[in-house]
Amino acid sequence: MSKSICLYFQVHQPFRLRTYRFFDIGKSHHYYDEYFNRLILRRVAEKSYLPMNEILLNIIKKNPKDFKVSFSFTGLVLEQMERYTPEVLESFRKLIATGNVEVLAETYAHSLSALRNNGEFENQVKAHTQKIEQLFGVKPTSLRNTELIYSDEIGERVAAMGYNVMLTEGAKHVLGWKSPNFMYTNAINPKLKVLLRHFRLSDDITFRFSQQSWSEWPITAEKMVGWLNQVPEKEEIINIFMDYETFGEHQPAASGIFDFMKALPDAVLKNTPYRFRTPAEIAKIHQPVSAIHVPYPISWADEERDLSAWIGNNLQDDAFEKLTSLTEKIIETDDADLKRDWYYLQSSDHFYYMCTKWLSDGDVHKYFNHYPSPYEAYINYMNVLSDFTIRLEEQAPGAAEIMDDLLKNTGKLGKELGKIASKKMQEAEKSVKEKYQQTKAKSKPVFEDIKHLSDTKIKKLIKELDAEQLAVALKDAGEEIREKVIPNLTQKAKKQMDDLQQKMTDIKHKDVQAMRKKVEEKLKKIF
Amino acid sequence: MKILMFGWEFPPHITGGLGTACFGLTKGLVKHDTDIIFVVPKAYGDESQEAVRIVNASEVTIDLEIDEEREYWDRVQYMEVGSNIIPYVGPEDFSKVTELEKRASENFKSKVFSQKYEFSGKYGLNLMEEVARYALIGSAIATKHDFDVIHAHDWLTYSAGVAAKETSGKPLVVHMHATEFDRSGENINTDVYAIEKRGMEAADRVITVSNLTRRIVIERYGIDPSKVVTVHNAVEPKEKKLSDAEKQVKEKVVTFLGRITFQKGPEYFVEAANKILKRDSNVRFVMAGTGDLLHRMVMRVAQLRIGHKFHFTGFLKGDDVDQMFAMTDVFVMPSISEPFGIVPLEAMRSNVPVVISKQSGVSEILKHAIKVDFWDIDGLADAIYGLCHYQALSEDFIKYGKQEVENLKWEHAAAKVKEVYTAAWEEFINR
Repeated sequence: MSKSICLYFQVHQPFRLRTYRFFDIGKSHHYYDEYFNRLILRRVAEKSYLPMNEILLNIIKKNPKDFKVSFSFTGLVLEQMERYTPEVLESFRKLIATGNVEVLAETYAHSLSALRNNGEFENQVKAHTQKIEQLFGVKPTSLRNTELIYSDEIGERVAAMGYNVMLTEGAKHVLGWKSPNFMYTNAINPKLKVLLRHFRLSDDITFRFSQQSWSEWPITAEKMVGWLNQVPEKEEIINIFMDYETFGEHQPAASGIFDFMKALPDAVLKNTPYRFRTPAEIAKIHQPVSAIHVPYPISWADEERDLSAWIGNNLQDDAFEKLTSLTEKIIETDDADLKRDWYYLQSSDHFYYMCTKWLSDGDVHKYFNHYPSPYEAYINYMNVLSDFTIRLEEQAPGAAEIMDDLLKNTGKLGKELGKIASKKMQEAEKSVKEKYQQTKAKSKPVFEDIKHLSDTKIKKLIKELDAEQLAVALKDAGEEIREKVIPNLTQKAKKQMDDLQQKMTDIKHKDVQAMRKKVEEKLKKIF
Repeated sequence: MKILMFGWEFPPHITGGLGTACFGLTKGLVKHDTDIIFVVPKAYGDESQEAVRIVNASEVTIDLEIDEEREYWDRVQYMEVGSNIIPYVGPEDFSKVTELEKRASENFKSKVFSQKYEFSGKYGLNLMEEVARYALIGSAIATKHDFDVIHAHDWLTYSAGVAAKETSGKPLVVHMHATEFDRSGENINTDVYAIEKRGMEAADRVITVSNLTRRIVIERYGIDPSKVVTVHNAVEPKEKKLSDAEKQVKEKVVTFLGRITFQKGPEYFVEAANKILKRDSNVRFVMAGTGDLLHRMVMRVAQLRIGHKFHFTGFLKGDDVDQMFAMTDVFVMPSISEPFGIVPLEAMRSNVPVVISKQSGVSEILKHAIKVDFWDIDGLADAIYGLCHYQALSEDFIKYGKQEVENLKWEHAAAKVKEVYTAAWEEFINR
């Protein structure tokens, strides 16, 4: 059986933020530098996407059987193409229509959502698949996560979503003595195949192609063929994964990168045992050799091949924690603008701009960063995030919820008012509505109010308290309240609470009261 | 009485406290039957406003065109001499600033963040040379004009003042707006210190802007206490109407406005903000200005995880300052060492209650301001919280604070300065 070479290209552009000042908070909800974003996309389209698509299309026409490539597009770059360069989208459509291109799944927003297990990652992959189906009419079966971020746990979640193959980095510190040139499986769920990037060959093209000081410069198709033939007999898969912008943008046309790519397929097909295949094909025809253990997330970025390009310093952690803390509120909203901004603000690029390590990867970071320093990137992002948070918090709760509350309270107050002025019921309704809002604003919630809370609010309340506080407050609270709260606890919390309450035989009434006061404080927040 | 006055800036090219103070003082002096020859190095063309940003956050522009005080211009003779002195910076920074200024005008970017420190460290113009040049000009002017007393503002002009005294034999008054210790902490530039000391020793009278500064002058420069007089600064009444910019956020806004340098105590502001935000999410903090500690402050804010409620605006210019005050509920100046500190007065004039450190000169004269030790983070947090949430307190501070500031007139300060002139003059006559 022939060996496989897998060419995979990543296409992504973020929605870069405009300079968003403190004075804009609460006033302007326009966050993006449209001019800049359009400028960059047009430039990259002209220098890279369009000419390279043309080249690939010609190669496919010449070798319809033996030449295949794979792509992934973030939802963000697709939206920008729809808006700014529809001709590029058309050109990709043509390429995909040949049937020789596999389109991979990924997160819609090029986000770091896989690092949190709160459902956002799964939602985004779903949203991305929809977008791909809508634009290209294909349904991805292989997945690559943002920046090839992978861990055993992430892989397991990807497998649970029904994907067969996942791409990641052949990171040295994970592989040890193992070779990246085999197929592996996820350490938890062996159904998921894992393909590892051959970082030396990939980076030779991505970073070193025009580096004249490099001893191997220049790379030619022949040289690449030579390297491929040096790979040990038994190693059967070479994965070359890179940014698509490598062609023509990072490595300018003048470096000969396009000529190299034109010559490569023929040279490989003629002089090596390799055939160009996509991840899905590789998963079908090759056998995995073993499981690969990746306890901590890896990525394809920087020397460290870890997450330190996006999270780890204080600026990044503060921004990322604040962002992810909003996830639950987003689920509750159905405001389209908010949802859109939620995606745009999640792209990992924003955190990349806040990176403070400037050693070996400084140049790469500088290339991708339009801020003068990580501090400015942080300041700007946090201003935008503050406005976004305000909008999210001010968002009216669901219409049904308002009606519910209103009916309940109108009824109560209305009865009393009705005795006095039944004729003026209509007027009264109006004033009741106002009064209700006033009282709602003023009145201090009491512990007993828990009975009337919606389950969502109960969940919110529980989040504010720890198990011990809850256990104390619920002591002798009466069935009605307990029945309201307990079903909203997770299994773990339930057990924890039972244990605690059994121990709390000698707790003082005073302490219970004090804790309830505290709960009331929290309630105020939730109302 | 006729005064030969040396300054280093004058409206409309004002960079901060001193230009404003000189303008106010001369206006006040004119009312006390004084004529003034005001000499300023021509430091800025209009193109070089970039440099202003580095220097001081509280830029104030006063439009002389609409200033209709005829009497003022009848009595004040204004002279610009070709020099390139820039205030507030030591000789080390001077080369960087002039370099930056040059580049900024070549390559102007309309981005808010482009004003970041981008010091090249290249050798620029020599500040000490400029000071010496100014001194030469000073002595030349002294021979050509007729006057009774010489008045020199801050160290950059002291050499000129001393030279003028030597040529004319007239008495010299030097004015200490800020000492080298205020600018540099303990790591003083010894050349600057020497110029300050020599200037004060040669002077017949020394005016300090606060008792705090007076103590420094006596204790650290060894100046004879009998010739050191404190005259507190005042503030111009607000001529422009208050900015009607509305607050866009529902939270209380607490503001720090000034250079983000060690002497201004920005870190105490950050720590106090953290204490408050841990309990009360209904507050936003703003740090306006720039300086060498900016990045460290940003990092600290991120580390404390309060970035969503703590904002940095970068340097603010005239209208933005007004807008900032209009949005502010509490103004904080936690300076470690502040010879006077005019910004709290500007805040109070804009109906903003203030918290100031006891280590600021302005705390000697203000009654309606909460005063805390700069290091007392709990006290600072208490004061801020109180002014944010206890309406009676903030209402009183706004009302009486405004009255208080409006009574701090330059006319009164000028009267005291005039007394100093008279004393120096009489001593000179009777010698």
